[in-house]
Amino acid sequence: MSRTRRCRMDRLARWAMGGALGILGIAFAGLLLSVVMRGLPHLRPSMLLADGQGGGIAHALVGSLCLGAGASVLALLLALPAAVALQRAYAPPRIAEAAALVLDLLWGTPSIVYGAFAFLLMVWMGVRTSLLAGILTLALVMVPVMTRAMTEAFRSLPPELWEQATALGATRGEITLKVALRQALPGLVTAFLLAFGRGIGDAASILFTAGYTDRLPGSLMDPVASLPLEVFYQLATPDPTVQSRAHAAALLLLILVLGVTLISRALARRASRHRL
Amino acid sequence: MTHIHIKNLHVAYGSHTVIEGLDLEIPDGGIVAILGPSGCGKTTLLKSLNRLLDLHEDVTVRGSVLIDGEDIYAPGSDLLALRKKVGFVAQRPFPLPMSIHDNVAFGARLHELPTVADRAATSGTVERHLRRAGLWEEVKHRLDAPAKGLSIGQQQRLSLARALAVEPEVILADEPTSALDPLSVRIVEAQFRALRQDYTVLLVTHILRQARRLADYVIFLYDGHLVEHGPAETFFNAPVDPRTQAYLHGEIS
Ligand SMILES: Nc1ncnc2c1ncn2[C@@H]1O[C@H](COP(=O)(O)OP(=O)(O)OP(=O)(O)O)[C@@H](O)[C@H]1O
Ligand SMILES: [Mg+2]
Repeated sequence: MSRTRRCRMDRLARWAMGGALGILGIAFAGLLLSVVMRGLPHLRPSMLLADGQGGGIAHALVGSLCLGAGASVLALLLALPAAVALQRAYAPPRIAEAAALVLDLLWGTPSIVYGAFAFLLMVWMGVRTSLLAGILTLALVMVPVMTRAMTEAFRSLPPELWEQATALGATRGEITLKVALRQALPGLVTAFLLAFGRGIGDAASILFTAGYTDRLPGSLMDPVASLPLEVFYQLATPDPTVQSRAHAAALLLLILVLGVTLISRALARRASRHRL
Repeated sequence: MTHIHIKNLHVAYGSHTVIEGLDLEIPDGGIVAILGPSGCGKTTLLKSLNRLLDLHEDVTVRGSVLIDGEDIYAPGSDLLALRKKVGFVAQRPFPLPMSIHDNVAFGARLHELPTVADRAATSGTVERHLRRAGLWEEVKHRLDAPAKGLSIGQQQRLSLARALAVEPEVILADEPTSALDPLSVRIVEAQFRALRQDYTVLLVTHILRQARRLADYVIFLYDGHLVEHGPAETFFNAPVDPRTQAYLHGEIS
């Protein structure tokens, strides 16, 4: 290829990449702008403080936080031990690879599948929609995300860490508890937040399981509202005052997910800076 | 004094044999320098002596290593006791994610050495070993700072202090001065000289002059084979094997 031709190719490639980025940027900015423009005027304190009966979305916010917190803590109880057990020192490479594959599959499974599975189970057991059912289903959605991300956090630890702690006479358990957990902590927190972020924005898994209400959650056995379903249900009504709640909920959800993402990003960056 | 006897040792990573049929009786006490060109298996040999090779996937070790008459590769041998007895300073230092103080106290605490039951008691031990590694003066005012903040050279000396604090009988040191400035090299070398009274030190080094300065005994490896070994005097002054001669003349490095 001649020199000028190569330069032209290079310029073309740059334009193509720039164009793709531009389209993405415009689409994303448009989305963001429309959510913010519609949501911001309605996101007043009164909207945040009143529940559905009072014309607000407090019930959905509290519901989402309960669902997200409950499910992510529950998921943590499964994901952390699983990720510990999948460390190089414990799991043979073939098992670790198989586990990663399965977790990736589960991660990629649409959450409506989890929702439907849990719903069938609930029908079979004769259980009503409730906060508890929502938490359990959402935890199922979160576990693969969290385990996979935590596995990566452990796997990216430098082998020297294990080598030198072992040379000092530490057992695998001691290394895990005293060294690996500490070294991987930022990565583990990121994994937790990643799963939380995914869970709190998820509508499909709780559609049939958590139910819907316009009150604050009373007990684990009551149905509970959530921000994604608030958007889903309220946007469909013709009444503009009800629609305004959907817009406020959408904006709030965006802020929550963005906040969690930014925090986990910042933690991940800090972690990589402190690693050698 | 601890006695190390290697019998017909083979080590392979996957299908790549790195050490082949190595027989060697290491003299007790003093500094034993391990020399050889890059990639000849020096690190591998060191790691076979405290079974650190176990951490690598698909590594196979055949033969036996007798330490004080006990084969460390025999099934059921006590690995923690082995690693307490045989300390290791790695080629690339890696500070554990904790303070400088806790790095040094880490191993000693694991083995519950009586002197380190609490912080008041540990600080004496920690100071002693940091001094031995020539690091004390630089870190005495920031013992609680994270060890990550140390320079590579300081980390290397921290590794040494950490290994010494376990109070081993044998010290495996893999190029322990490779990242140090001349002054620190002198401090650490002086330390090794002091250690030779009570310990057996196996010292891998690339620096011929360092080996001449320190070694009581020299082992020369080439491509996974033991080419020549003997007291430092004989080794440096009257090498027998042509490969050793070429290496000593700087023709292979
Ligand atoms: N974990 C590993 N997996 C596969 N091969 C390895 C591994 N570690 C070392 N090797 C190979 O084994 C051989 C010996 O390596 P070793 O690290 O023991 O050499 P060395 O003498 O310490 O070299 P250097 O002086 O450069 O540190 C090299 O060919 C190397 O590529
Ligand atoms: Mg080496």
